[in-house]
Amino acid sequence: MAFDRSERPRLPTAIKILVAGGFGAGKTTLVGAVSETRPLRTEEILSDRGVGIDDISSVEAKRTTTVAMDFGRITLGSDYVLYLFGTPGQERFWFVWDELAEGSLGAVVLADTRRLADCFPSIDYFERRGTPFVVAVNCFEGARTFELDEVRLALQLNPSIPIVLCDARKRDSSREVLITLVKHSAKLRVEPVAP
Amino acid sequence: MNTPDHDPMGEPLDEHWVDPEIIRPYVVTRGRTQPAHGKFDLISMALAIGPPPGPEAGLDPEHLSILRLCREPKSVAEIAAYLDLPAGTIRVLLGDLFDRELVSAQEPQSEVDMHDMNMYRAVLDGLRSL
Repeated sequence: MAFDRSERPRLPTAIKILVAGGFGAGKTTLVGAVSETRPLRTEEILSDRGVGIDDISSVEAKRTTTVAMDFGRITLGSDYVLYLFGTPGQERFWFVWDELAEGSLGAVVLADTRRLADCFPSIDYFERRGTPFVVAVNCFEGARTFELDEVRLALQLNPSIPIVLCDARKRDSSREVLITLVKHSAKLRVEPVAP
Repeated sequence: MNTPDHDPMGEPLDEHWVDPEIIRPYVVTRGRTQPAHGKFDLISMALAIGPPPGPEAGLDPEHLSILRLCREPKSVAEIAAYLDLPAGTIRVLLGDLFDRELVSAQEPQSEVDMHDMNMYRAVLDGLRSL
């Protein structure tokens, strides 16, 4: 580069947090509740052959798929920007999760007590990958208020993993979920407990 | 989207019809799927630098849209969302701008240290003051 590094404008550091959970668990609602803009949508075009497509005449034959992700942005001073990505729901898009999880601060798994089993795949995924995560039980109106211990038991959640109640429609409540995750991730990564 | 089965002249379209939503990204990048330089992920940040380029720079309208958007730092995901183009297309166009030294861009994870307590403190402080 012809630029002197010191003369280049400083870019804020981007940090990402994933918001996972079953269909209808409130992922986009939570993203929208804390984000400074309405939730945005980005798309990745995927094909069976992956990268390196150079001939559009055969695009159809390669069964092109579009994966859409909703996301939001929170600007944290001039040094950091936090992005919240709702994970694409279909399990055939695990490789998109891999790209999202790479270098992420951690994940929020939203649980809907009416369909608790829907968040098992997300929990399995983050456990296997070693991504720090917390479980947030979204308290829908009219849904039975579960005791958190009951949910922890039903999800067979490791005792070290935080679980909190939340209302994904509310900014303060969703913000508390993020704070719980950031603290949890810092504890795991900065002050590792000796085995 | 609905795929029409007749063209604007009323002629039936044959089986080689390809969804324009799929074609547009390839036209914009002239068929390229990988940026010439830089490895941008969804949260790579870009910022326009230097004076706005004139017509002699030979940039496409999409390049100019990116430069306008990036007067403030924006991520690949945001640029893609605002321009309604797939993230892969934005990576290619950003690579062009990066090559011409019209944007400053951050490669993925190059600056984020997930073991840096100062980062966690800054994020917590920021979230608490929302």
